Amino acid sequence: MLSEAALRRIDREIAKYPPDQKQSAVMSALAIAQDEKGWLPPEAMDFVANYLGMPPVAVYEVATFYAMYNRQPVGKYKITICTNLPCALQDAVQSAEYLKAKLGVGFGETTSDGLVTLQEGECMGACGDAPVLIVNNKRMCGLMQPEKIDALLAELRAAGAGGER
Amino acid sequence: MSASAKLLDYGPDAIIMAGLTGANWRLADYVARGGYDALKKILAEKVPPTTVIAEVKKSALRGRGGAGFPTGLKWSFMPQQYRGDKYLVCNSDEGEPGTFKDRDILRYNPHALIEGMAIDAYAMGCARAYNYVHGEIWEAYERCEEALAEAFDAGFLGDNILDSGFSFHLFNHHGYGAYICGEETALLESLEGKKGQPRFKPPFPASFGLYGKPTTINNTETFAAVPWIIRNGGEAFLNLGRPNNGGTKIFSVSGDVARPGNYEVRLGTPFAKLLEMAGGMRDGRSLKACIPGGSSMPVLPGAIMMATDMDYESIAKAGSMLGSGAVIVMNDTRCMVKSLLRLSYFYYEESCGQCTPCREGTGWLWRVVNRIECGQGKNEDLDLLLSVSDNIAGRTICALGDAAALPVKSFVGHFRDEFQHHIDHKQCLVPTYV
Repeated sequence: MLSEAALRRIDREIAKYPPDQKQSAVMSALAIAQDEKGWLPPEAMDFVANYLGMPPVAVYEVATFYAMYNRQPVGKYKITICTNLPCALQDAVQSAEYLKAKLGVGFGETTSDGLVTLQEGECMGACGDAPVLIVNNKRMCGLMQPEKIDALLAELRAAGAGGER
Repeated sequence: MSASAKLLDYGPDAIIMAGLTGANWRLADYVARGGYDALKKILAEKVPPTTVIAEVKKSALRGRGGAGFPTGLKWSFMPQQYRGDKYLVCNSDEGEPGTFKDRDILRYNPHALIEGMAIDAYAMGCARAYNYVHGEIWEAYERCEEALAEAFDAGFLGDNILDSGFSFHLFNHHGYGAYICGEETALLESLEGKKGQPRFKPPFPASFGLYGKPTTINNTETFAAVPWIIRNGGEAFLNLGRPNNGGTKIFSVSGDVARPGNYEVRLGTPFAKLLEMAGGMRDGRSLKACIPGGSSMPVLPGAIMMATDMDYESIAKAGSMLGSGAVIVMNDTRCMVKSLLRLSYFYYEESCGQCTPCREGTGWLWRVVNRIECGQGKNEDLDLLLSVSDNIAGRTICALGDAAALPVKSFVGHFRDEFQHHIDHKQCLVPTYV
């Protein structure tokens, strides 16, 4: 189900916790599974449950509770933009509208070429750099005015065509 | 690091964030700034744990995460005589809208946090600890992983640290997108690999915390202040601020200012001075309102803010709370209905669903504010908002219910005419809006 490299990463996480508390590694294990699969299909969650010795339902509870897990397939790149008040005071809503227009999608939708999924996010703890967005949960981009959004989208299109993720 | 590297500007009074360039976060840089001296001193001189706690009590350091609880007092709640495992946890799950200070500590000065946690662990006899990092700041989490590896390699963490007989193991854990996990007992649940739903208190974490063991949880900035206190003495820290408000505080200034960012100032610094450090109002507009402590705290009109000093008591006297130190500044073009609408949506979205008043009430608040904003508000809606708020606040397991209610009560309380105008005229009182 998961690659050898992913399992080694999960093992490193398990080692952070007492031997009888492997469940503590579930959040990172799910994140690692998602990095590899792009989202969390039920088989991936069941695999993690089995790997950590947890009831599957306990893993589903975690996967459904935390917002950064993808329970549906998403585009090659998921862009999450914060529109909370501090960001909104610094043009985040305009940037979100610009993204929607550029991509031709609304929040929660994926472009027809499968390249980008756009999401509305909540506070990312970087309000000083607003507008702030995150690409695939890992890469934070700040001060995202239209010019920088154009550059980011061009970069993602080029990388997407090249097969990189 | 090159000598010409430009220093990040946190202000002239910075102590936690002093001398940082953004690039000099490594262990060698930290040691060159006097880092790990406090830990070395304590271990070499075998300073009694009670003396360490007494020094922190003397400093009047208060929790920087939002509650402002005296740190030394919190540490003294840990059962010293308990022989089993005890845990220390750092709350770096910074997601209170407007707050972005811990991220800077994690990425630019991570060893200050590590040293602070090691000192705290020594004082309370903890052998293991976790640093719970907000999921959205992945690069900061990876930075912390690197910094931890450096500290283990240098012998500042691990077994028998610096031949002292003291052993301490620290690990990073990441969240994955849940505001509620900033609440300390929700964070513990999350750390145990569960949904982040808060626990009843009592029992408090000091008696039943992580894995059911005695646990102390402090905020990132709180820990990061500890090495300075041990190096310079509790009294020196206290003297930087005001009685009962020791030291400096990092304020995250966002919104309608010319230079949004983090500014570390002495507690008791006038708000006007802080605003000036942040470049003043953007585009020369005037100050209409300010939320001084993160989105969960009451909003205050600009005139009240301009007469207020930035310390726990002064802000409380003005009618709000210092909270996490997130200063959200709004200018005269901002619509208070639209602003409250966005905050209400946030609490509705982030309620964990455990307690009925919060789960149902936050959605109710959001829908009523939404219909006022959309020109469908009724005359009785303002009293309805206040009544729903009163029926959430104080009736839930954790403080998220209060956090949803306080903005509603303060926005309607201070700017009732604007809400009334929306209801009466189905339009905004201000020319442009968020």
